[in-house]
Formats: sequence, structure tokens, C-alpha cells
Amino acid sequence: MKIVADKPKMLTETPLHYCPGCTHGIVHRLVAEVLDELGKADNAIGVVPVGCSVFGYKYFRCDVFEAAHGRAPAVASAIRRVVNPDNMIFTYQGDGDLASIGMAETVHACTRGENITVIFINNGIYGMTGGQMAPTTMPGEKATTCIYGRDPKVNGNPVHMCEMLATLTGPAYIERVSCYDVPHVIKAKAAIKKAFQVQMAKKGLSFIEVVANCPTNYHQTPLESMQFVKEKGCAFYPLGVFKDITKEDK
Amino acid sequence: MKKLWKGNEAIAEAAVAAGCRYFFGYPITPQNEIPEYLSWRLPEVGGAFIQAESEVSAINMLYGAAGAGARAMTSSSSPGISLKQEGISYIAAAELPCVIVNMMRSGPGLGGIQPAQGDYFQATKGGGHGDYHPIVFAPSSIQEFVDITYGAFDVADKYRTPVMIIGDGMLGQMMEPAEIPPMRDLKTLPDKNEWAACGHSDGRPRIINSLRIEPDELEAFNNHLFKKYEEITKNETRCEEYLTSDAEYIFVAYGSVARICKAAIVELRAQGIKAGLIRPITLYPYPTDAIASKAKCDKVKKFITVEMSMGQMIEDVRLAVNGLKPVEFYGRSGGNVMMPADLVKYVKEGK
Repeated sequence: MKIVADKPKMLTETPLHYCPGCTHGIVHRLVAEVLDELGKADNAIGVVPVGCSVFGYKYFRCDVFEAAHGRAPAVASAIRRVVNPDNMIFTYQGDGDLASIGMAETVHACTRGENITVIFINNGIYGMTGGQMAPTTMPGEKATTCIYGRDPKVNGNPVHMCEMLATLTGPAYIERVSCYDVPHVIKAKAAIKKAFQVQMAKKGLSFIEVVANCPTNYHQTPLESMQFVKEKGCAFYPLGVFKDITKEDK
Repeated sequence: MKKLWKGNEAIAEAAVAAGCRYFFGYPITPQNEIPEYLSWRLPEVGGAFIQAESEVSAINMLYGAAGAGARAMTSSSSPGISLKQEGISYIAAAELPCVIVNMMRSGPGLGGIQPAQGDYFQATKGGGHGDYHPIVFAPSSIQEFVDITYGAFDVADKYRTPVMIIGDGMLGQMMEPAEIPPMRDLKTLPDKNEWAACGHSDGRPRIINSLRIEPDELEAFNNHLFKKYEEITKNETRCEEYLTSDAEYIFVAYGSVARICKAAIVELRAQGIKAGLIRPITLYPYPTDAIASKAKCDKVKKFITVEMSMGQMIEDVRLAVNGLKPVEFYGRSGGNVMMPADLVKYVKEGK
């Protein structure tokens, strides 16, 4: 008998605590598969955020830092100075963590061009704290702190991280992907792989945004939430490569 | 060999000699010479310096470097230290050894840039959220700054706890002769392989974490932390007593203020008044026993706590004296510094 599909070695046996239908599980798996395939899983260093993926240290089988809310890129920047340059370092952050409280750390790690990989899960809502408005909540989208839907005149505008970070000199690779169907999961994996390859080549910071869902706080079934991501999320946050210095090199 | 050193630069070189190879900071007066010095000095010895985007980022960089097993440091001054408090709480809770220097300036708010001691409560009582204390040293000369900085990294490593060294704008900016101890051989530094998360490939992930979501687990951790503080109190409490054996009036003061007290004591004794000084060198753990034993001496008439603040350390002096003797206060704030003559007058005239 031949095993054709297995759990990535980099994921532990601990069952994921995520809600049914949440894309965190998919992205955890993609990060683990990619690092396994690149032979970089066993001495990788992860930095996980405050938010739904706060327990990331239970799932990734590598050294992991649990960072203060928003500060993962600062923590990772320091680790980069200390450890072997061949150790892969990644942060795994949500939208509240990365684009709100940690905006300064995100922008400055990017502009310094730190040789790390940032995985950014953008589901437009604070999941763990119960569905408050995020920096990426779309206009009209409801949250517990904008119950009639986000009104930019009242609540301000959402932020497009990839577009903004692509204006900086420091980042080497920036791509926005999604996981709402299998072809897009495959594309997301390719993007994450490219991001770590950029880090292996020591070219600088790679940033992968995943337009993700939150069925629980959207009050949707998993399928409805995937449809929402496909129709609304990816319309507002267009997928694609926003910066790629490996192309510019050629 | 002794050389003339500016306080801030002496601390920076003493840290390098102690084996510190990473520094993360953000500019703020009056501590700027520390990051300035280390920005060129650390790369010379194979280390690294990052000018962070904020004090918040700098303290979290310290969390990263210390968690990866490096000897690392940050420095700032009062408002910047306030910004670091959340991170210091995380560092204490993740049990990461590191050194934090606070060259205090006058507050509250943006306050001023002149020397002050208004961060005593913040430094010694935890400062950030939750139950924890950093070890707090308060040197009073440039040589003592050097010696304490040199030893602080070992103390931090021994107990896996953040160590804070506090001075003030005066100590940071003034120059005195001081001798820097020899460069530590990095091979003699403690081995942190057991817990440091630096990218192991032995199949046993190291986790640097302060999240303990189960109440029983967190309570057990807090008990562990406070057992450690008992151990620290037993082993690390330090103070200097100056002419206290026959003293009737005992000043209690730390840092630069203690030196002003010494000058006042010399003058008072020349006038026939027996004064002395207890100078806490560690502010946490506090030299409670040294003060308490003097409070039991019949010849001691009173204690006078002298601070560049509105009165913060006086609470710990009162706790130590425990009602046995009067505890009075002489303070200046706003960046003003008392003169020895002010203290002589206070003892003689009670004002």
C-alpha cells in the first residue's frame, strides 16, 4: 500500500481549534507542506500573533515565539540578527494584528527589507474577540462595532496592505492569494513556496496576503463564507503579484 | 586602566564587555549616547544594532533576541520606558533574560529632560500588567554603572528574568574616571540551548510564550515566578551603609541623590550632628532588612527619605521602618536637584 496524501511532517498531532470551515487550517497546512518540501521545516522559526492563530505554537513543529499583539515583525527582525542566516523565519498574523495595532512594525520590517516571510490572513474581522470591525472590514460589511455595516464616513476606510507595501523599496515579493476553492489553494501554495524561496535566496522580505473567511463571525455556513470571499472579498482585495524583485533582476 | 567616561557611553561599553551583542533602541534624551555608541560598536564585535521604529518595537525586538538566546539590551528614558512596559511584562512572563536601562527624566507626561527619579514605582512594582518584578539596580557613580551593567547580564541569565538599571539624566550625561572590565570570552557565557528558540533541528521545538490560558496553569506559573523572586531577594539584595553605626539621622537615598546626601552628612558631622546614609543599590529586591534593623536602634531618631520625586521610595522605607521611627521626606522634582546645604538645613531646622 502506498500513502499518497499525508499530514505534513511540520504539523504536530495537536487537533486544530479553529471553527469549522475556517481557512486558518488550510494555510497552516500550506506553510507546513512548503517548508517540508523545501527541506526547511525542522530548523524554521515561527512567530505567531495575538488573534485566532495565537495557539500556532501548538501546531507548527518548529521553534515558535508567541509575540505580543502586532509585534511579530519586530520579534522576527531581532531573531534574524541572532540565528543562522539559513534558518527560515516566518510570521503568521491576522488583519487586526498586522494591519491595525502592528501597522508600524509591519511597515518598518518591510522597509528595512528584513529577510523573513510574512503570512497575512485577511478575513476582514476580529475573529477571536467576537467579530469587531477590522482595519480590512469592507464598506457595508457588518461587525459588532459597526452593526449597520462599515460606513467610511463614520468608521474610516479599510486598508489595502499589498498595494501600500508595494510602494516601499524594502520588500522583495508581495502577492495576494485566496483559498476559496481548490485551484486557488494550489495557487496560494505556489505563492507561499515562492515567498520562502525568496527568503532562501536572501533577497529580503516576502509578504503573502490570504483573503480568508470567518464563517462564525460572518454568521454564514462555511460554504456561504467561501462564496462571500470569492464574490466580495476578492473583488475588493484583488488577487495577484504586487511586487517581485526576482523578475526585476532579470 | 581608568579612563574618563561619559555615563551613557560607559554603560554601553560595559555591556559589550559583558558579552552583549544586540541592542534595540529609539532616540530619547537623555540616553542617546547609548544607542549612538552601540550603533558602531556592536558591528565591530560581530553583533548588531537596530534603530527601531518605536520603543514598543525595540522592546519586542529584545524579546526576540533574548528568546533566541542572545545577550541583548535596550535603553530609553522615562516616557520611552512607559511604552516598553507591556513588552517587559511579556519578557518577565516568558522568563527571558535581558537588560533594560532607564536614564530617568522628569515627568509626568512629556515632562522635561532634566534628571529625576519619578519612575521608582514603575520600575520596582512591575510597571506593566500582571504580577511580576524586574530586578532593579540603581548605581550612583559611573564606575558602579559599569560594574553593575557588567554583572547584570549574568544575574538576568541566572534567574531568567529582565534586569533594569536605572539612572538619571545627571548620571547619564556626566563624566567620571572608570575602568571597564575585560571582554568576556563568549564561550564562557551560559548555555541556553535547553530553552532558547534559535531554530533547533532536534525534533523538540522550543516555545517562547507568555500565554497560559488555563487558570490553574497560570496560577502555578505565578507561584513559580514568586518563588524565584524570593530566591532573588535572598541572594541579590544590595545596599551601602555610610556612617550609620552611630547615626541619629539616617538618610535613605539612591543613585545620584545618595551622593548629595553623603556631602550633606560630611557637613552635618562637621557641625556635630551624627547623620548617616542607607543607599539601596537594588531597588527590587529592596533592602528592607537593613533599614528595619536600623529602625530598631535606640539612637536613631528618624529616617529622611531623599528623592528627586514627589515621594515614591518613601513608601518602601515606611514599610521597612514599620512605625518604629518617624520617616520624613525631602524631595525636589521637575528636574530640580537638591543641594547638600538644603539637606543640612532640613536636618537642623526641620524644613
